[in-house]
Amino acid sequence: MATARAAPLGGKVLTPFFKILLVVWAVGSVAGIVRFTQGLGVASAMNDGYPWGIWIAVDVVVGTALGSGGFAVALLVHVLHRGRFHPLLRPALLTSALGYTAGATAIVFDVGRYWNLWRVPVAPFVSGGRFGYNWSSGLLEVALCVMAYTAVLWVEVAPPILETWRDSGPGPLRALARAALPVLEKGLPVILALGVVLPMMHQSTLGSLMLVAVTKLHGLWHTPLLPLLFLLTCVGMGYAAVIAEAALSSHTLRYPLATPVLGELTGIMAGLSALYAAVRLADVALRGRLPLAVAADWHALLFWVEIGLAVAAAALLWRQRHVARPGPLVRSAAVLAAAGALYRIDVYLTAFDPGNGWRYFPSVTELLVTLAILSVETMVFIFLVRKFPILPAHRVSAPPHAAQAMP
Amino acid sequence: MKVSRRDVLKGLAAAGVAVTAGGVAARERRAPPAGAVGMLYDATRCIGCRACVTKCKEANNLPWDRSQDGLYDQPIDLSGTNKNIIRVAAAGERTSFVKAQCMHCVDPACTSVCMIGALHKEASTGIVAYDMDGCVGCRYCEVACAFNIPKFTWDRALPQIVKCELCRHRADPRRGGIFAVANPACCEACPRAAVVYGTRADLLAEAKRRLAEAPERYEPRVYGEEDGGGTQVLYLSARGVPFERLGLPELGRDAVPALSESIQHGIYYGMAAPALLFAAALVAIARRRGPEDGEG
Repeated sequence: MATARAAPLGGKVLTPFFKILLVVWAVGSVAGIVRFTQGLGVASAMNDGYPWGIWIAVDVVVGTALGSGGFAVALLVHVLHRGRFHPLLRPALLTSALGYTAGATAIVFDVGRYWNLWRVPVAPFVSGGRFGYNWSSGLLEVALCVMAYTAVLWVEVAPPILETWRDSGPGPLRALARAALPVLEKGLPVILALGVVLPMMHQSTLGSLMLVAVTKLHGLWHTPLLPLLFLLTCVGMGYAAVIAEAALSSHTLRYPLATPVLGELTGIMAGLSALYAAVRLADVALRGRLPLAVAADWHALLFWVEIGLAVAAAALLWRQRHVARPGPLVRSAAVLAAAGALYRIDVYLTAFDPGNGWRYFPSVTELLVTLAILSVETMVFIFLVRKFPILPAHRVSAPPHAAQAMP
Repeated sequence: MKVSRRDVLKGLAAAGVAVTAGGVAARERRAPPAGAVGMLYDATRCIGCRACVTKCKEANNLPWDRSQDGLYDQPIDLSGTNKNIIRVAAAGERTSFVKAQCMHCVDPACTSVCMIGALHKEASTGIVAYDMDGCVGCRYCEVACAFNIPKFTWDRALPQIVKCELCRHRADPRRGGIFAVANPACCEACPRAAVVYGTRADLLAEAKRRLAEAPERYEPRVYGEEDGGGTQVLYLSARGVPFERLGLPELGRDAVPALSESIQHGIYYGMAAPALLFAAALVAIARRRGPEDGEG
C-alpha cells in the first residue's frame, strides 16, 4: 500500500474547545435518557404524519453524505490512481468512519424497537422462516450496506492505529497489531473495492427510499432519478467535507493547510455540481413539471434555492481550481455542501407532505441528541489525530495569506 | 492485464446504462389471492353512530381515548390507540360519514418496504398482518402508506406499530368459511350493515349490484376495485361526494410500490450491477501503480 507520510499531531487533548464538546455531550446524554425512558413522543416532535425527523434526514441522510469523503477520495487514490491526493485519504477515511458511526448511532436513537435491530442482518437464519430479507425494501439494503460499510471504514482507518501499536504499543496491543497488519495488507484490495461499491449502493438507495411516497413527496422532488441525484450529491458533499475538515483541522489544531492539493479537487466538484443542477432541471422540464417550478409557493422557492446554490457552488469552485486560497476554497465548498444538504433535507422533510394537516419541526431534545452525537464524533477525531499518524506529516509551507484566511 | 482509466469509466457507464434500462422495466400487476377477504363500506348507509369504533377498541384491547372531562371515549383519528375511526367529510353542501382503517391493499406499500417482513400479506387471505417480533420500529411503513394507516405508539418507551388486521385474532375455525380466517368486530357491530365482511370477490359483486340497482344514489364506481393496484376493503360513496373528499387519495391503477420496486429491482437485477462495479473496482485497484502512487 502506498503510504503517504503521516504523523501524530501531538499536543494537549483537553483544550477549552474539547471541554465545550464534553458539556454538549453531557447535555445531549440527558436528552438521550429522556428519549429511552419516556419514549419518542415525549422526546421528539415526530408524529404519525412525519414519522422521520432530523435524526434520519440530517444525522443519517445528510451526515453520511458528508461522510462520503472517504469513498470519494479513495475513488481518486485507489481506483483512478491519483496518488497526489493520498495525503487527504487518512483524515477523509477517519471523518467518514466517524460520520457513518454517528449516523448509525442516530438510528439506534430513532428506531422505536431498537432491541430488535440485531434481527435485521440475521433475519433469514434465526427465525425459522418467520422473517427473512425483503429485497423490495430499499431500507433493508441501506441497513445492511451501512452496517457493512461502517465496518469497512474502520478497517480502512485501522492501519495508522495498528502501526502505532506495533511500534510503540503495550505488549498485548503490539501482538495484536503484528498479527492483524499482514492480514489487513492481504485483504486490502477487497476492502478497498467494497469501500467503493457499498457507498454507491446505499447512497443511491437513500434516494430510492422516497420513491414509494408517491402521494406525499412534491412533484419537483419525486422522480425516478432520485437514486442518481443522491449519488451525485454524496460525492460532491464528500469532497466538500474533506475540504472543510482539512481547513477546520488546520485552524483549530494549528497546522498549515495543503491548499494546492485541495484546489485540484475543485474542478471535479464544480463538474459534479453543474451536472447535478443540469440533471435536475432537465428532469423537471422533460417530465412536464416546470409549472410546479414557477408556482408562487415556497416549494418552488426552495427548488430554485437548491438549483441556485448548486450553480453558485459550481461557478465558485471552478474559479478556485488553479489558485486555491483557503478562505474562498472553504466558502465555496460550503456552498456545495449546503446545496446537497438542502436537497436531501427537502426530499425527506420539507417537500414531504403526508396531508391531513400534519406538521413537524424538530424538538429541543432531538437537536440536543444530534449535537451530542456530533460532539462525540469531533472529540474522537481530535483524540485520534493527536495520538495517531493520520494527518499529513510534512508541513506544506503556508501561503502568505493562510494565516488570516481562517478567522 | 492492463486496464486503463478509460476502460474503467466505460465499464461504469455501461453499468449505469444497464441500471437505467432495467429500472424502466414495468412490474407485473398483482391479483388478489383466491381466498382474499375484506370489507365493503357503503357511506350512504352509515349513520355515524360509531358503534364500530367502540367495538373495535374492545375487540383489540385498546385503551379509551378519553375526552377532557374523562367521561367519554372520543378518538378523533387513527392512532396508536385506535385502529378504526368514523369521520365526517364535507363536499360543498353535502356531508358524508366515512370509515377509515387499513385498506388491506392487494399490493401494499407497507409490506413492500418492511425490512424483514414484520408487516406481511397473508398468502391465503391477503390480510396485511403485523408480527411485532420482527419490527424494529423504523416507521418506514408510515412513510410509505398512501392512506396513512399504520400508526405508532409514540407515548410508550417500548413502542409498536398499530393497525387494523381485520380481526384475524377473532377467527373461529369451528365456524368455517370466511369466519375461519378473520371476523372484523366493526362489521359485527354495525346496526345498518354499512360495513360488511366477506370475500373480496363477493363484496365487489355486491357493490356493483348496488351501483346498478340505484345509480342515482352513488358515485359511479367502487373505490378499491382498481385504485392503487386494488384494495381488499372497498368503498361506495354517495352521489356528489367524490372519493377524495372521503380522504381516499387518487392513486390511479398502479400499485403504490410499483415504481419504487421496479427501480430497486432494476438496479439490483441479479446483483449484476454491484457485482460488475465490484469487479471493475478490484481490477482498477490491482492495476500497475502509476508514478503518482508514491512510495509503497
